Amino acid sequence: MKIHEYQGKQVFARYGVPIPKGYPAFTVAEAGAAATKLAAETGSSVVVVKAQIHAGGRGKGGGVKVAKGGAKEAEELATRILGMQLVTHQTGPAGQKVKRLYIEQGLEIERELYLAALVDRDSRRIAFMASTEGGMEIEKVAAETPEKILTVFVDPIVGLSPFQSRQLAYSLGLEKHGKETVAGFAKLCASLYEMFVKEDCSMVEINPLIVTKQGGVMALDAKVTFDDNAEFRHPEWAALVDEAEEDAVELEAKAAGLNYVSLDGNVGCLVNGAGLAMATMDIIKHVGEKHGVAPANFLDVGGGANEEQVTKAFSMILKSPKVRAIFVNIFGGIMKCDVIANGVVAAAKNLGLKVPVIVRLEGTNVELGRKILNDSGLRIEAATTMFDGASKIVKAVGGAQ
Amino acid sequence: MSILVNKSTRIVVQGITGSAGSFHAKQCMEYGSQIVAGSTPGRGGTMFEGKVPVFNTLSHAVRETNANTSMIFVPPPGAADAILEAFDAGVALVVCITEGIPVSDMLRVRRVLDTLKGKTRLIGPNCPGIITPGECKIGIMPGHIHKTGNIGVVSRSGTLTYEAVGQLTSLGVGQSTCIGIGGDPVAGMDFVDVLELFQADPNTHGVIMIGEIGGGAEARGADYIKAHMTKPVAGFIAGATAPAGKRMGHAGAIISGGGDTAAAKIKKLESCGIRVAPTPSDMASTLMAMMKK
Ligand SMILES: Nc1ncnc2c1ncn2[C@@H]1O[C@H](COP(=O)(O)OP(=O)(O)O)[C@@H](O)[C@H]1O
Ligand SMILES: [Mg+2]
Repeated sequence: MKIHEYQGKQVFARYGVPIPKGYPAFTVAEAGAAATKLAAETGSSVVVVKAQIHAGGRGKGGGVKVAKGGAKEAEELATRILGMQLVTHQTGPAGQKVKRLYIEQGLEIERELYLAALVDRDSRRIAFMASTEGGMEIEKVAAETPEKILTVFVDPIVGLSPFQSRQLAYSLGLEKHGKETVAGFAKLCASLYEMFVKEDCSMVEINPLIVTKQGGVMALDAKVTFDDNAEFRHPEWAALVDEAEEDAVELEAKAAGLNYVSLDGNVGCLVNGAGLAMATMDIIKHVGEKHGVAPANFLDVGGGANEEQVTKAFSMILKSPKVRAIFVNIFGGIMKCDVIANGVVAAAKNLGLKVPVIVRLEGTNVELGRKILNDSGLRIEAATTMFDGASKIVKAVGGAQ
Repeated sequence: MSILVNKSTRIVVQGITGSAGSFHAKQCMEYGSQIVAGSTPGRGGTMFEGKVPVFNTLSHAVRETNANTSMIFVPPPGAADAILEAFDAGVALVVCITEGIPVSDMLRVRRVLDTLKGKTRLIGPNCPGIITPGECKIGIMPGHIHKTGNIGVVSRSGTLTYEAVGQLTSLGVGQSTCIGIGGDPVAGMDFVDVLELFQADPNTHGVIMIGEIGGGAEARGADYIKAHMTKPVAGFIAGATAPAGKRMGHAGAIISGGGDTAAAKIKKLESCGIRVAPTPSDMASTLMAMMKK
C-alpha cells in the first residue's frame, strides 16, 4: 500500500526522522494560508508547492515549484498545479490528476543524497541503500554506476547497528560537513529503521535526503510503501488510503476478496491461483499476439472462492468495454469445479453475456462442473487444455470483430 | 523413494481445530497421510475426528506422539509464532500453508531458521505443501491428480504445480515428490534446496521447475543445475505479460529490477541447460522430450 509524501512525512515526524516544516492543502486558499503560516514560523517567505500523487518524478514533471514571493505566489502556483494532469515517468502517459498539495518550507540545499530502506528478498534482510546521486533514479545509478551505491544489511535480531549507519555516512562523505552531520545522519537511520519495522513498511525511499547549508540532514521527499500483509495490525492505515490514486476496479475487487489488476488487452481472464493466472495471461498473449489478442486483466479468485465471488468476478470483467471474450481457467484443488461452474452460469444468466466465454475446467469434481455448463443451455464453450482454451479465445475474438 | 516425506512421516497439525485446518487435516488423512496429533492452544485434551489427540502446545504433542513433521494452518497474526514453535519442538520438517504473513515476521523466522543449520526445514509459507504420491500428502493440493513415479516437481505457485502434475499424469508419467515452495518474498526452502534433494534421490529421474517473475531464486536454481545436476530439468516462468511494478497476486511476484523479469529468467535458465516450455501447456511434454534422448 502506497501513501502520499505528506502522510509519509507525518510518520517520519513521529519517529524523529527530521523533515522540513510543511502543511497539506486541498484548495488554493489552504495553500495560501499554509504559506503564510510557514513564513511566520520560519522567518522566510520561500515555500515549495508540491503535488501529491502516488508517483515519483514530480519535480521533472512540473509538480514541484518554488514560491519565493510568499503566500500570493504560492496561491498562483497552487492554482496551476491543483487539478493538473501530472505526467511523470512513473505515472504512465495518461498521468495522474493532482487533488492534494503539500506546502513546505523552502530550504537552502548544500547536497542532495539518496537513502532507501527495503526488504531485500535475496539476502532476507532489511537493506539500507545510500548513494551520493540524490535526485537520480536509483535504478539508473545501479545500472550505470553501481559503485556509487553502498548497501548494508540489517540482522533482524540485532537491528541496525551504529557502525552500519557510520559506514553509510562515510561512504556519502558526510564528514566533510562536520561531525554533527555524521551524527545526525546516524540518528536519522536509527529512527528510520525503528519506523520501518514498527510500521510494517516494505519500502521507504528518501530521494533526496539533503544536507542543508547549516550542515543538518533532512528528508526532503518521502515515498513510503506498507506491507499489505500487515494490514490486520494497522487499523490506522484505512485513513491513509486515497481512493483517487487507486484503480476503481482493483479497489472493488479487493473489497470482494479478489485479486485483480487491470491491463490493456481485450480478453477477460478468470483464474484460480496467482501463478496460473499469470500463466493464463502469458498463453493468451503467446497464441494471440499476432492477432491483436491480449489479456485485459489479471484476476485470481483465490483458493476458496464461493459462487458469489465468482459471480462478482464475472461482473467486474464484464464492466470493461474492452473485453471481447472471457477465458475461465480453473484447476480445482480446494476450489471445486462445480462451484465455479455454478458461479459462471449464475453470472451469465444474471448479467446477460454478450461476449463468448471459453471455460477450461480441471481437477476436483471436474465431471460435475462440465455437466453443469453443458446443461445450462448457455453459449459457453469448453476447452480441454490451456492451449486449447487460448486458441479458442483467439478464434472467438477474431470472430467477434 | 522420494524426498522429505513418505509413508512413515508422522504429522502434527498446528491449527487443526480451525476451519481450513480441520478440513485439510481430514483430506490428508483420507489420502493416507499419518496425522498423529494436532495442536491448538486451549483445546488440549480433546480428540479430532475421534482419533487424533489435540494438545495445547506443540512440544507436548511431539513428546507424546513422536511427530516429526508439522503442517501449519494458523491464521496470519499467529502464523510466524507457530513456525517458531515448530522449530522449538524440534520437528524435521515444517510445512506452512498460511497465506498473508507479514514480511517482517518472516524475516525473523528466516533468521532463526538459518541458525538451525538444516536440522529443521521449512516449506512455505503461502504454499500448497508437499506430496509424495501414494504415500503422504501434506497440504491443500488435490491428491487424486497425482500418480506414483519418478518426476520431481518444484514450484512457487500452487495451481501451476497442479497444472504440471495434471499434464504429467495425463501422459501416464508419475511423480516422486511435488513441492510448492510458496509465493512469498521471504520463505523457507528455495529452488536450490529442493533441487539438491532431487539430485540425490535415486528415484527422481527428471525435474520440472516452475518459477515466476520477481527475485533471484530461479537464477540461483539455474546456477545450481548447471554446476551440479545430472538429471534433466525442464522449466517454466510465469509472468511474461506482467507489467513492471504491479504485484501479481503473490507478494513475491513483482518485478523490481531488470534481472527478475520473465524474459531475463528464461534466458538465464536456458543458458544453464534447462529447457523452458514455450507455454504453460507444454511443461510435461518439454521434460519428456528431454528424457527421451
Ligand atoms: N522543501 C524543499 N526545499 C527546497 N527544494 C525542494 C524542497 N522539496 C523539494 N525540493 C526540490 O525539488 C526536487 C523534487 O522534489 P521531490 O520531493 O523529490 O519530488 P519528486 O521526487 O517526485 O520529483 C528535489 O530534488 C529538490 O531539489
Ligand atoms: Mg524525490
